Amino acid sequence: MSGTTAFWYASRATGIVALLLLTAVLVLGILVNRQGRLPGLPRFAVTSLHRNLSLLAVAFIAMHVFTAVLDTYVSIPLISGVVPFASGYERLWLGLGAISLDMMIAMIVTSLLRGRMNRILWRAIHLLAYLSWPVAFAHSIGSSKDLQQGWMLDMAVGCALILVAAIVWRLAHAARQVPRAGRVAAVFAQHSAATSGATTSRATSSANASKQTRRTRETVKR
Amino acid sequence: MAETLRVNPIDCTGHGVCAELLPELISVDEWGYPIVDRRPVPPALDREARRAVAACPVLALKLMRN
Amino acid sequence: MTTAVNESAPGGAARQAAGLPRLLPASPEDLRGHLARYGATPYRGRAGALIADIEASGLTGRGGAAFPVYRKLAVVAQARGRKVVVANGSESEPASRKDELLLRLAPNLVLDGLQLAAEAVGATEAHLYLHYGSTPEILRALAERASRGLDGFGVTITQAPPRFLAGQETALVNRIGGGPALPTFQPPRVSERGLGGAPTLVQNVETLAHLALIARYGPRWFRAVGTDAEPGSMLTTVYWPDGKCRVVETEIGAPLRALLSSGAETRAWLVGGYHGTWLPLPEAADVTLDHDSLKRFGAAVGAGVLVALPADRCGLTEAARVTGYLAAESAGQCGPCLNGLPRIAAGLAELAGPGHRKQTRADVERWVGSQNLVAGRGACNHPDGTVRFVRSALTVFAPEISLHARGQCSATNRRPFLPLPDGMPTSEDDWT
Repeated sequence: MSGTTAFWYASRATGIVALLLLTAVLVLGILVNRQGRLPGLPRFAVTSLHRNLSLLAVAFIAMHVFTAVLDTYVSIPLISGVVPFASGYERLWLGLGAISLDMMIAMIVTSLLRGRMNRILWRAIHLLAYLSWPVAFAHSIGSSKDLQQGWMLDMAVGCALILVAAIVWRLAHAARQVPRAGRVAAVFAQHSAATSGATTSRATSSANASKQTRRTRETVKR
Repeated sequence: MAETLRVNPIDCTGHGVCAELLPELISVDEWGYPIVDRRPVPPALDREARRAVAACPVLALKLMRN
Repeated sequence: MTTAVNESAPGGAARQAAGLPRLLPASPEDLRGHLARYGATPYRGRAGALIADIEASGLTGRGGAAFPVYRKLAVVAQARGRKVVVANGSESEPASRKDELLLRLAPNLVLDGLQLAAEAVGATEAHLYLHYGSTPEILRALAERASRGLDGFGVTITQAPPRFLAGQETALVNRIGGGPALPTFQPPRVSERGLGGAPTLVQNVETLAHLALIARYGPRWFRAVGTDAEPGSMLTTVYWPDGKCRVVETEIGAPLRALLSSGAETRAWLVGGYHGTWLPLPEAADVTLDHDSLKRFGAAVGAGVLVALPADRCGLTEAARVTGYLAAESAGQCGPCLNGLPRIAAGLAELAGPGHRKQTRADVERWVGSQNLVAGRGACNHPDGTVRFVRSALTVFAPEISLHARGQCSATNRRPFLPLPDGMPTSEDDWT
């Protein structure tokens, strides 16, 4: 491997870390949407981690691009980091990387401006995450011989599988969601199921009441 | 200038992040939805209130001028 | 189902001397009759000119909220750009029949008011929002006016779905805009940003009819009846224990006893419709139809629905029926309303049945006992009104709850009394 430099190593390493971080960001994003918890951590940790790791991921991608540009073995213009297919070297695969990064930049900028923009537009751009990751994944595999074999390939595929599992979990919930017009009926049903079987004319014990509360927390709107 | 916290109850899906970050002014009802203190936000809690507003995953919590 | 009839309350001569009725002719009046009685629409010639008269008259909204009309007019008039006016004739309260009758007997008075309001605020677009399955008299009136060139511009008619919330201002704007009749969060108020983003004046059809008369006869005429604080007359939908329903125009401040029976045949009064308040008898027998008098019992005039519940019916059962309806009519958009109302309704149904769990009564009282649990935390005031209705029922019918707990009931007639529509909304289409 003559001609490889520290920059080239750094670019590959930061690229791998970025892929791991992006996987975590998407899984956390799904967790936020599903109001899931990370064991032992408060609720705001999930949203905070999601947001902070997304910024960290972009920081690593920036380093990934800069080190690749600084490496002199191949000529990669700086703008090819955000302008797709502007690089002579590995035009297609690097182009995909730029596309993925562009989408991430759009997501982050719109999230920073979230209070001032149309909700539906914000959500539409944020859903680009589900496109950005596979494009980044394709970029990773296609542009790096490392990831095409051995433990690195296993790791990349592992990331993909974890993400697919999270997406399936998300879609399963969406399929179970009661449409708005049916929500009231669902609460009626939930309430009658929760209260049937209780004894009459005696106050239910506090244990019963708290169990009911926890069950009623499975409220329909979420 | 006095500001009050308000929740858009249509957007709110009961994540509960706001109540964690601002327990002095926000508690959670038995169904997971926030009960917000309607009085103006005390100046000492202003920064925490803004943090809670920013943290809401659906931007349902708002700080409004009186 | 009873037929709403325009009929004078007892004491006919006294009412005529007082200048009533003002709004309702004895039979449907066509354009010719309207013009013969009232003359042409008294346009002022420029925007804003009518508002001072409306302010002097003290006219408040007759759709239930009783908001000062001149304030709404002023807000919309002062806005810049395109503006819209809407006559709200959806009358989504099932027990109310006054708007329906007004639109049938005096549609031109309402349409005059709509055009006058549009001129006053500088609007260029007018809408009429009508109850599901409305009668064609209004269409005929519009056609007659169009052929005579009476109106500044055409009126677009939109039909409201048969939902309790369909008449709520933001739901109305959503429906006219082509979407479902679902409320949205305020601010912004519709008078600031409504239909298509334009400032929108929404007024009940009765309010517009009063406005049309004030434009002709002036504020002092309007104040000749009613009280100083709440001047003028209003239409009430009155239910007597015999089951008959009448629409009666009365001056504000009239004793309820003149409108409703209060004798041995009446168990309790309901004032303000299904978001209103139950009043105990004989304690409330002296109450008059105005804010201060009703406030003593936590009640308000609302849209003028007054019910004398017959003594042979069970108030608890009636309240439970209505609460079940109100819960089913929740938009289901806000967590506290969606979760609270069905549970309150189920609890009240259990209290109205033979024997109930102690926990149920405690739960219902807790849910309706706070102004910041179920009430006060929705995007509209549906949970607030429902909580008020249930709270007053728990108070007024407390003895009945104890009786039912022992498996007894003091009523002898099981037939339902309060009118409710059939069927629960189940799909999105039910809201459009």
